[in-house]
Amino acid sequence: MNNLFVYLEIEEGMVAEVSLELLTKGRSLANQLNCKLEAIAAGANLDTIAQQVFPYGVDVLHLFKDDRLSPYTTLPHTSILVELFKKEQPQICLMGATIIGRDLGPRVSSALGSGLTADCTSLEIGDHEEKKIGKVYKDLLYQIRPAFGGNIVAWIINPDHRPQMATVREGVMKKEIVDPFYKGEIVEHTVNDFVKEEDFVITVIDRHIEKSKVNIKNAPIIVSGGYGVGSKENFQLLYQLADILGAEVGASRAAVDAGFAEHERQVGQTGVTVRPKVYIACGISGQIQHIAGMQDSSLIISINSDPDAPINAIADYVITGEVEKVIPKMIKYYKKNTK
Amino acid sequence: MAFNIIVLAKQVPDTRNVGKDAMKADGTVNRAALPAIFNPEDLNAMEQALGIKEQFPGSTITVLTMGPGRAADILREGLFRGADDGVLLTDRAFAGADTLATSYALSMAIRKIGKFDLILAGRQAIDGDTAQVGPQIAEKLGIPQITYAENIEAIKGDRIIVKRRLDNGVEVVECPLPTLITVNGSARTCRPRNAKLLLKYKHAKTVTERQVENLDYIDIYNSHPYLNLTEWSVADVQADSKLCGLSGSPTKVKKIENVVFQAKESKRLGDNDVEIDELMRELIENHTIG
Ligand SMILES: Cc1cc2nc3c(=O)[nH]c(=O)nc-3n(C[C@H](O)[C@H](O)[C@H](O)COP(=O)(O)OP(=O)(O)OC[C@H]3O[C@@H](n4cnc5c(N)ncnc54)[C@H](O)[C@@H]3O)c2cc1C
Ligand SMILES: Nc1ncnc2c1ncn2[C@@H]1O[C@H](COP(=O)(O)O)[C@@H](O)[C@H]1O
Repeated sequence: MNNLFVYLEIEEGMVAEVSLELLTKGRSLANQLNCKLEAIAAGANLDTIAQQVFPYGVDVLHLFKDDRLSPYTTLPHTSILVELFKKEQPQICLMGATIIGRDLGPRVSSALGSGLTADCTSLEIGDHEEKKIGKVYKDLLYQIRPAFGGNIVAWIINPDHRPQMATVREGVMKKEIVDPFYKGEIVEHTVNDFVKEEDFVITVIDRHIEKSKVNIKNAPIIVSGGYGVGSKENFQLLYQLADILGAEVGASRAAVDAGFAEHERQVGQTGVTVRPKVYIACGISGQIQHIAGMQDSSLIISINSDPDAPINAIADYVITGEVEKVIPKMIKYYKKNTK
Repeated sequence: MAFNIIVLAKQVPDTRNVGKDAMKADGTVNRAALPAIFNPEDLNAMEQALGIKEQFPGSTITVLTMGPGRAADILREGLFRGADDGVLLTDRAFAGADTLATSYALSMAIRKIGKFDLILAGRQAIDGDTAQVGPQIAEKLGIPQITYAENIEAIKGDRIIVKRRLDNGVEVVECPLPTLITVNGSARTCRPRNAKLLLKYKHAKTVTERQVENLDYIDIYNSHPYLNLTEWSVADVQADSKLCGLSGSPTKVKKIENVVFQAKESKRLGDNDVEIDELMRELIENHTIG
């Protein structure tokens, strides 16, 4: 009872990266809380899920096998979580801030009347004192995320409602195997005890999923552009530099919103979290939501016409100047001085 | 066939245009300096509604917004683009709501509106990016939901076919009505204001606006009932005030922290050839790049 649950996202029998990352975070939180880590897998083709997740320290794996549960649709997966949670009374539930997690999480939280915090960048355990009523809450989940504006981070808690629910984007937590031979228990449930026939009102008529061509999460070098790059045409300069350096191109949300770059390239709290060897920030001011997604880069170079841009404070090299002037110079030198 | 459609639209600070003057000296945002706009993806939702109205004459669109008095702007903006009706849900007791309390309040207003076939919302509001309010309303009303919609492909009888834009692909789903759909920014952009409608609804106002403003044309509200924008309070929608606003929000802000980034010892360079070349030489030499 009162354990920590992670909802596993599964595509073609494989557990998503973000779910494995959450298992790792979940394992360390569960250790602190002295509770079990439990995982939920619902779908078809679940035969290897146990062997995929046990090494991350899962104590109990709940399996819901039914062909009708794959591909994912909202209502049956909601019913499974809601009914399971009514029985198991988890204290915490974590999900990926993905298309599926952001469809399922709010539905479940509404059905259970529990709170949900989106896009957390950090999760911690701690106490909370409600001075007005003189009550101390022990071991709450601090759901930490940048708040709109300024360099502000909000610590959000759910004192009175369970489970405490949070979503986290891919790449924010690091996955780590705790023990390749970790032994967990498998509980296989009868799906029809959880879902109703009416839950299958939505039919998926057609579905194309492609592996993303953009892989900024694992790129060793990222050339990232912000609103200061000025235009989609100017972004070509970033592609040229990335090309010769073997790098990927990233972007700030302002650049994505302006149509300079695709959404998949967005770095930050609501984009991808990256930790490259080198991050070259071109015309990016460095708001907290952006920094949250790149501050762990080993080396940061900022190119900005404003010498006081906030990002400069965390940069190793600050080039004060215009992107359209500086990048061609970098390209020129590189071409001349490497084979 | 004709459909009753509710569009959920939120007034948000324009976080995309946070200029320098929008920041206060203490590093927090000066909300007053940010223009308040129609949440961008709610306009995409609006456009999908207008498309249906065009295809199925006799369909109606009601724009519903919850917010302070000035959010009535959103209703007028909706009317200028082709909505039939606007409802402002406003009350002190709604203040400080998290997404759950917001969705409770909006779902009570929807119950009061009564008949609907389709609820259209934006995927997410740019002030919080949570994308939670749509699905939570659907749950409270006990209807299905289709999130990340890019286009309503067809409505056949009481079934709707919708194309969804996923991270790395597309999905087409079929769902019975009534349902709630949240619309992506990748959907068609909203048509502009219509000049005729702009003239028609320019003076549309809520009761409160008519009271606080000194209007010398007050009579027109009796002769032109469509200029009266509906305004509802907690009591009007028979909501339980304990479930609204701050008290109805399971999530609480424990604290807000100013983060001061560990300022690094940065090397400062100018944009001249000598300094750029020197940096590049250093990076290539120590195998950081290359
Ligand atoms: C809920 C929420 C979630 C968010 N999530 C994210 C996220 O995941 N990722 C993200 O990036 N943002 C996110 N944001 C937005 C974030 O707050 C900032 O608005 C955004 O990061 C700003 O992008 P920018 O630095 O490119 O643009 P700006 O802040 O406009 O900065 C442009 C910079 O370019 C410089 N510049 C201008 N011209 C030139 C030139 N010719 N050469 C060189 N420099 C030049 C300027 O000095 C300035 O520093 C989020 C916001 C909210 C509210
Ligand atoms: N106060 C509000 N009034 C009307 N609609 C809202 C409100 N808050 C959220 N919504 C709707 O719910 C969507 C998702 O909002 P959010 O969960 O805040 O990202 C928005 O795009 C709106 O369509």
